[in-house]
Amino acid sequence: MPIGSPFHSRTDALCRTQEWREWSGYFAAISYQVSHEVEYYSVRNAAGLLDVSPLFKYEITGSDAGQLVDRIMTRNIGKCQVGQVVYSPWCDERGKVIDDGTIARLGETRFRVTAADPNLRWFQDCSSGLDAQVRDVSVEVAALALQGPNARNILKQIFTKIDLDRLPYYHAIEAKLGINRLEISRTGYTGDLGYELWIGADNAEALWDRVMEAGQGFGLQPLGLAALDMLRVEAGLLLIDVDYTSAQHARIPSQYSSPIEIGLGWAVDLAHRDFIGAEALRAEKQRGSLRKFVGLEVSWEALDELFDEVDLPPQVAGRASRMPVPLYAGGKQIGQATSMLFSPILKKYIALATVEAAHSQVGGRVEMEITVEYERKRAEARVAKLPFFDPKRKKALAHS
Amino acid sequence: MARAGKKVLVLEKRPVLGGATVSEEVYPGFRYSVFSYVVSLLRPEIIRDLQLPKHGLTILPLESTLTPLPDGDYLYRDSDKWATYRNIQRFSARDADAYGEYGRDMYFMAKAVKYILGIRPPDPTSLHPGELLRLAKLGKHFLGLGADKLHMLVKLMTMSSAEFLEEWFESDPLIATLSSSGIIGTFLGPRSPGSAYVLLHHYMGEIDGVFRAWGFAKGGTGGISEAIASSARAFGAEMRTDSGVAEVAIRNGQVKGVVLENGAEIDADIVVSSLDPKLTFLTLLNPEELPNELVDSVRGFDTYGSSGKVNLALDAAPDLACLPGLGPHLRGAISISPNVDYLERAYDQAKYGQFSEKPYIDVVLPSMIDPHMAPPGKHVMSCFVQYAPYQLNEGTWPEQREAFGDAVVNTLSEYIPNLKKIILHRQVLSPWDIEQTIGLSGGNIFQGELSLSQLFFLRPAPGYADYRTPIRGYYQCGSATHPGGGITGAPGRLAALEILKDGKL
Amino acid sequence: MSQDFDAIVIGGGHNSLTAVAYLAKAGMKVAVFEQRGLLGGAASTEELFPGFRFNTGLSDAGLLLPDVIDDLGLTAHGLDWLEAPALAFAPLGAEKSLTLWQDLGRTTEELGQHSKSDAQVFARYTQQNAAFGALLQEMAKLAPPSLQYKPLPLLLAWAKVAIRARRLGGRRMMEFMRVLPMGAARYLDEWFESVALKGLLGAVSVSGLLQGPRAAGTAFMLLYQQMGSTGGYMAMKTAQGGVGAVSAALASAAGSYGAEIHTGVRVAHILSENGKALGVELVDGSQVLAKVVLSGAEVRHTLVDLVGASKLAPSVMRRLRALKLRGSTASVHLALSGLPKFSTSDNDNERLTGDIVICPSLDYAEQAYDDAKYGRFSARPILIARIPSLLDSTLAPDGEHTLSITLRYAPYHLRGSDWGNEKERLGDLAVKVLSEHAPGLKKLIKQRKVITPLDYERDYGLTEGSMMHGQMSLDQLVMMRPVPGFVGYRTPIEGLYINGAGAHPGGGVTGAPGRNAARQVLKEI
Repeated sequence: MPIGSPFHSRTDALCRTQEWREWSGYFAAISYQVSHEVEYYSVRNAAGLLDVSPLFKYEITGSDAGQLVDRIMTRNIGKCQVGQVVYSPWCDERGKVIDDGTIARLGETRFRVTAADPNLRWFQDCSSGLDAQVRDVSVEVAALALQGPNARNILKQIFTKIDLDRLPYYHAIEAKLGINRLEISRTGYTGDLGYELWIGADNAEALWDRVMEAGQGFGLQPLGLAALDMLRVEAGLLLIDVDYTSAQHARIPSQYSSPIEIGLGWAVDLAHRDFIGAEALRAEKQRGSLRKFVGLEVSWEALDELFDEVDLPPQVAGRASRMPVPLYAGGKQIGQATSMLFSPILKKYIALATVEAAHSQVGGRVEMEITVEYERKRAEARVAKLPFFDPKRKKALAHS
Repeated sequence: MARAGKKVLVLEKRPVLGGATVSEEVYPGFRYSVFSYVVSLLRPEIIRDLQLPKHGLTILPLESTLTPLPDGDYLYRDSDKWATYRNIQRFSARDADAYGEYGRDMYFMAKAVKYILGIRPPDPTSLHPGELLRLAKLGKHFLGLGADKLHMLVKLMTMSSAEFLEEWFESDPLIATLSSSGIIGTFLGPRSPGSAYVLLHHYMGEIDGVFRAWGFAKGGTGGISEAIASSARAFGAEMRTDSGVAEVAIRNGQVKGVVLENGAEIDADIVVSSLDPKLTFLTLLNPEELPNELVDSVRGFDTYGSSGKVNLALDAAPDLACLPGLGPHLRGAISISPNVDYLERAYDQAKYGQFSEKPYIDVVLPSMIDPHMAPPGKHVMSCFVQYAPYQLNEGTWPEQREAFGDAVVNTLSEYIPNLKKIILHRQVLSPWDIEQTIGLSGGNIFQGELSLSQLFFLRPAPGYADYRTPIRGYYQCGSATHPGGGITGAPGRLAALEILKDGKL
Repeated sequence: MSQDFDAIVIGGGHNSLTAVAYLAKAGMKVAVFEQRGLLGGAASTEELFPGFRFNTGLSDAGLLLPDVIDDLGLTAHGLDWLEAPALAFAPLGAEKSLTLWQDLGRTTEELGQHSKSDAQVFARYTQQNAAFGALLQEMAKLAPPSLQYKPLPLLLAWAKVAIRARRLGGRRMMEFMRVLPMGAARYLDEWFESVALKGLLGAVSVSGLLQGPRAAGTAFMLLYQQMGSTGGYMAMKTAQGGVGAVSAALASAAGSYGAEIHTGVRVAHILSENGKALGVELVDGSQVLAKVVLSGAEVRHTLVDLVGASKLAPSVMRRLRALKLRGSTASVHLALSGLPKFSTSDNDNERLTGDIVICPSLDYAEQAYDDAKYGRFSARPILIARIPSLLDSTLAPDGEHTLSITLRYAPYHLRGSDWGNEKERLGDLAVKVLSEHAPGLKKLIKQRKVITPLDYERDYGLTEGSMMHGQMSLDQLVMMRPVPGFVGYRTPIEGLYINGAGAHPGGGVTGAPGRNAARQVLKEI
């Protein structure tokens, strides 16, 4: 049985559908209201509040903490200033992705790393010979994501003493709720303006209440995983074990992915660095990757036509779909789409996919399998630039 | 064999079929799985080929393991991944992490050795092209695993279960409980090299394609034997109980039939013995008919049993000190294995010919899973116990049996305070009793130790691992043949396949 | 970058010296650095007390590969063997004893007093073991093949060994495969009935192991210790001047080929960059560069301490951490004013020329192990003692003697105590147990030195006091040695090789890892 997160008393009271999913052993609301679209639009139009406490959180300290994090991550953590947050995948020695998450540099020798899966053993095993301690703080740190255009204004109601207007994208700042400390990072998983709040589990409920209260005039809604899944697809953000398989779970060679293959080549800094997996990734860079991670836009005309044949309007997922479907080009299977969504804001049927490198050029055509009344058909799709949806407000400072 | 159209007769000495796989109503209203008590190793192809579900086989899952600890704490693991994660995390956050990876790697190992379970061992000394080909295929299979998996397999074949597990874990109750799979049925401690193989042997089980799933047969383990017997009968086989075989009759190096204990003679071209090799070769035959090498090997074959069994009829459900009341934990295994030293000390006593005063006990309550095993509200408790060495240093098993039973009940009472008050009946079985009752020499539940020098092409004897014997028409099909003990059916199946193959020539 | 040497060898143990000599003989410019003032490592003879010289580590050189002696011309460099008529003497108390002799007939005769049947089969036993031991010796000369390392010539060489095994006959070959993974106790039980004989041989089967004789794989150790011998006990060869004379001859050979030998110079680090070894840094801070670096030190120490853990991949660290070193042998060295008298040796000093073994039964050995399992040294330990001065008068002043006792089990990791507290208690125990058979011993003792596993680590550089640089249990042999995945004497650091006992075939004064590693280096550069 899953257990409740530190916010459970609040989320449970609000979750009218009682639709829960197990997220790392915790109850996580799929949708608070019958229509998850309300929650989706709240993030694109106002603000949504999501309990992200089930994330695994690790605190890394010690005089070599920076060296350890740099050794683990494909990003150059040496460049990360105190108060900065970076997103990075991390790899095994063969350069295959284990997991991805955010790394917040909370002090000169203090980091907090988030992860989707347990990584304590791996981080500890990477720390041999370094003065660095890895501590699992998953249980003691509760976390909320406040996402959407009104997120900043809501927080400004609560935290009047800090300058949130000037907090840049992927930076963190310390704040106080009463006497209790918390950290606010300008991060999120929705591709919109947003913040994540990190607080001791004991004070979780108080924080929830304050944010919900402050959000009243700003259209704040509690946000479930169904809407989140839509938001992250639009934002082109991949999800472990949906869009790629962790090297710790992969069972056969084809299930392993390098960061380059899952579209995170930009987060691999090979210059003068010797992180774990670097050697393999250098080699991959040289010979080229076999697969690439891409966005797809499925031709609406093609869909319309396929469904028209059976006299139905296009039946496309109301929620993001995680049922992988094959992709074809020239009659051959060249990859698979792993997350699909009819984007309510873009009015497009979009997908995240992995394809053979030769078919990864933006604008290139592929065919995606579509099931029409139990029959498998194919619809044309074009490789699109990621993210699909990328509002300026995501990264911009206030009033700029 | 009956399925292949052969006219088959089964001769069983006892009044009930099943050997060590029997359920008996020893105390009125209570059905004990007298000897073997859980199943996971039964080959799925046997279930399908013999249509066992049609003949009544139902295997109910046994999904949890509870390790009660002396300080009142406990470690509970079940099929709920994250609940198990949190339970282990209470002992070690690192172990909770490692547990998932360990499960995955052991899955690979079980998959790697599954191949061996389905083949007759090749003869590595033979230069016969057929044997060389089999050997090459085997080599290819293992080399194809890749270096990391091959190394892990070598470790499993050679290490002790505790040391193997210590490469993964740090918390004692977890290591001890996992390592106990490595000592079950063997005269080894968790720190004895070779016990990791037994651990793997117990991981090879597969139910519905899922490795390492333990189950409990409806009606007790006897339910399995009854289903197989019913299937065989449907295929035309005949079964006779109370028909002990005194000797195997041979003429000119060819089997002629059997002579029963009552003097009756039955002719057959093929005789298959599922008894252990000591009985198969030295008792049923005149050893002088056999090559000296084989006789020496069989004499040296290690069949000293080290396990006992205590079956209890209970007036009510047991109440655990660490988890009082009823709960899902009573539907799984309860393992008395609080730490590795505890198990090792139990073994130390046995090494020098004493039963363990504080033994390792694997408890299951079949009536919790299958209510037909006991009257409503009452329960049967099956306690598999180690160590109970066949050879006692002092006294005999008839003299020591009840003291051994007391040690088990006393040990359990430390964790189950109400136990003594609810016992209605107690059945204690030492290896000697096992030998006396069902004929297993030395009372070894695997018909012979699962040690490296008694496995695969060395099981039961070098040169005789192909289910054949020097006597034409005489075959062996017991647990003492490859792939060994447990309710697998595998030796019987592989032997039948060889016999049928010979019949074609 | 300019290189000072073709090869640098870390540590001056006998395996390192063997490697140095082979490399230098092939024309390489080689330097070896030994931290102690004395060469030999665990194969040293030291003057612990004025006039008294002791084999402080291994007590015998019987396993030394004949190839090493021949290839390096060790006889010409002063290596000379002494004849010891006895192999092992087991005083049994109550006027009884058992001696195994070099001369098989004499052994058989003596065994007859204990068991007619044992006397009958002993010759067959020694013959089988000699055949198996010879096979192991062939394997000891080859690098282990593995999935990641299978050059054709190597595979052919192993195929030759397989053919040789095949020539034993199908039955024997099968027996070989059956016996290797057995427990020595079971193997010996199959052959013999004499409790004393089984105890005596059982003591051999647990050499360097933190395992009892029942443990699977101890039969392998029994055979390993007999490589190249036919006596049915251990391969025994007594070097004139002590075991250290082997090391001295190796050093002399190496020197004659032009190798530089430095003693009293400790290597602080192995220099490496981008996963490639560049040379070494000495404790004084000076750097010495070379094309390749060989380490005779234990593999975990070599990589974790000398290269640096932060330069090793997590999977390598996992494997190194899993390495079971398990040092569990201590030694006690006595300077004696005279020859001890054993109450059961019939005043026949000839019996004392080999090992003196206190291990009256297999259960005795097993019980000794039980203590160690729980982190205590054995209350009734297995002792293997030697009086080298009996044959070699250079080792002690006239009329006086040296007695060295190897004691098992003395686990490196003690629970609830430490070696600082236990050291002299252990010495007392060894003397007490031996005195039970040699009542006058105590009075003869002029000086005593105890060397615990901790001392072996601190003073001899043997991590966890493991003289075999890693317990030779079944899971740490051949391709699993020194750790799985390290092939061809290489390490994950390019250009860094392991030439010590941690590598195949393992411990003992064999010279094999040194020879094999050197040959590997020569092949690769």
